[in-house]
Amino acid sequence: MFPYRVPLDEWITRLVSIMETRFGGFFEGFSSVVSFLVTVLKDGMLFLHPLLLIVVISAVTWYMAGWRNSIIAFLGLLLTENIGLWVAFVETLALVLTAEILVILFGIPLGIWAARSNRCNAVIRPVLDFMQTMPAFVYLIPAVMFFGLGLVPGVVATFVFALPPLIRLTNLGIRQVPSELVEAADAFGATGMQKLVKVQIPVAKPTILAGVNQSIMLGLSMVVIAAMIGAGGLGEDVLRGIQRLQVGQGFEAGLVVVVLAVILDRITAGFGQRRSYNGPGGAS
Amino acid sequence: MSDKIVVKNLSKIFGKNPGKAVKALREGISKDEVLREQGQMVGVYDVSFTVKSSEIFVLMGLSGSGKSTLQRLINRLHEPTCGEILIDGKDITKLNRKELREFRRKKFCGMVFQNFAILPHRTVLENVELGLEIQGIEFQKRRQRAKEMIRVVGLEGTENSYPDELSGGMQQRVGLARGLAVDADIMLMDEAFSALDPLIRRQMQDELLELHQKMQKTIIFVTHDLDEAFRLGDRIAIMNDGRIIQTGTAEEIISSPANDYVKAFVEDLNRSNVLTAGSIMQPVVETAFLGDGPRTIQRKMRKKGLSGILVTDTGRHIRGYIRADELAEFIKKHGDIERIPFDNTLLHEAAIIREDTPLNEIINMYAGHKFGPFAVTDTESRLKGVIVRGAIIAALSETGRDDFGNGKDFK
Repeated sequence: MFPYRVPLDEWITRLVSIMETRFGGFFEGFSSVVSFLVTVLKDGMLFLHPLLLIVVISAVTWYMAGWRNSIIAFLGLLLTENIGLWVAFVETLALVLTAEILVILFGIPLGIWAARSNRCNAVIRPVLDFMQTMPAFVYLIPAVMFFGLGLVPGVVATFVFALPPLIRLTNLGIRQVPSELVEAADAFGATGMQKLVKVQIPVAKPTILAGVNQSIMLGLSMVVIAAMIGAGGLGEDVLRGIQRLQVGQGFEAGLVVVVLAVILDRITAGFGQRRSYNGPGGAS
Repeated sequence: MSDKIVVKNLSKIFGKNPGKAVKALREGISKDEVLREQGQMVGVYDVSFTVKSSEIFVLMGLSGSGKSTLQRLINRLHEPTCGEILIDGKDITKLNRKELREFRRKKFCGMVFQNFAILPHRTVLENVELGLEIQGIEFQKRRQRAKEMIRVVGLEGTENSYPDELSGGMQQRVGLARGLAVDADIMLMDEAFSALDPLIRRQMQDELLELHQKMQKTIIFVTHDLDEAFRLGDRIAIMNDGRIIQTGTAEEIISSPANDYVKAFVEDLNRSNVLTAGSIMQPVVETAFLGDGPRTIQRKMRKKGLSGILVTDTGRHIRGYIRADELAEFIKKHGDIERIPFDNTLLHEAAIIREDTPLNEIINMYAGHKFGPFAVTDTESRLKGVIVRGAIIAALSETGRDDFGNGKDFK
């Protein structure tokens, strides 16, 4: 129809290569921080005897989500160890946790900013839409170009994929704090920071934690995709199952992903229902 | 009483070009037209009033009348479009953000809201502490102060409960305690009791009056309920369409409504036509007799805590009224004598009405009557009871309460 085709692909490729040369140092630094975090988490967990870690995770689940969930977690983890997927499990857990730490580090402040400034919100929203609707595979290419193959681009892709819901829900949670509560603090002469710390964040906490929960779930769904660029972990076993048409093995690894998802979901959902940050208890 | 808050020609326009709206309003264009033509909402327009120190000033109006907006202008939760707000002589519309924060901390107690606005994640004690915490008062001190306030509002024992474990009335007490915990003298209450059920509401109103007696804060109370306005307000400003239509005491508003709008409101309180003196009078606590000496009369008054006493003869016919302060003066001057002199220096003429006098007539009489209760007599002119100032207002505000005889039949 048109004699001219917009060379969008070329532009993007050029942009990526410019970023690669210009910000190479930054990416390298970032990369080493991320890989350090993942390695520490992974080695730390592998250092413990599997049975000990299983007991610890079950205990945390018990504390946060009750004994029923704890039993599910305990049996699921024993099965994981039994079918020889323990190391893959720990690798995946380390990857997801690292990505989640980054998500929380960026997501909550950005969400707060978006809630307090309509202008910021107007800029961030389309970016989030883009991040959420862009097929996840597409992230993998630039991630690989910037960070090479392996764990780090896996973490980055997971991070990009899991960030939007936390920003959105933090933003929503803070905007939904009843205006009278904020007015009450204002009438006392509160500063912006006091309002945020004493009223807005605590009242929005359940919504923010729902965002954390959602982003962890999304992060887990990214695990298999990240394995395509060599992030390892359970995704790799799933992929291998697919490639070799070994239904049983693929299914086993998939099931362990589900176990991990259930445990993380119950634990973080438990957070949202607690009454205060400090200590156990609360009447709920 | 000195002037605490003076508001001069205050306006608030919600919109992009408030100047244009103000100009239009000055030319006599109505609020609705401004909204239709300019898309700007007139919250409050050209309002002036004065609140005296330690009084309860009620802003009364239906929803959309601008009463809540006006209240929020006073502590600048809303930015005024134009006009002045002088608090203790200082124009707060000129303060910058930092000064305003300081000013709020110094002059204002916490606001009390219709839906309580207490923090769900904090215990009662922690909620009451909020204002002190914002002021940066150290932990021990604010704990102590918060506990004291919790006692004042009668919530002892709930310090460590969470709001959702409390009833509505109790939650509002938390709001009240939180407001009072800050050592300041202006309190803003926005429909504070409107979400409570009628019995609790009345109880809270009584408690507020009691607290006010003790603490002497200047209170600006917003309500849509005329009964509540009359019960609580020393003075009442009736608002409509962003303007104040009439300001005055309950009696002034009832006896001379400024226009038909106010009249229509007051007519809702038509009970004044059907209630009679007999139905609202209270029993006589104590009377003096013509034969009593000054000291005896003084003793009688002291015993019952009266500021004045009716004097009757042995047939219960009323002969006059004596004021406690004047009696004390008299005793100082003349010492004790056998019986009080029967002249006008001490013995005032008492206001006497018959028990079948309708209430609206009593209100009219009240305007010209300076002090003392009304003495209510039967057809034989014998003393049957008294009506004190508060009882009239209370009777007008009652909606079907049992202890006022006829009152319950009229709503």
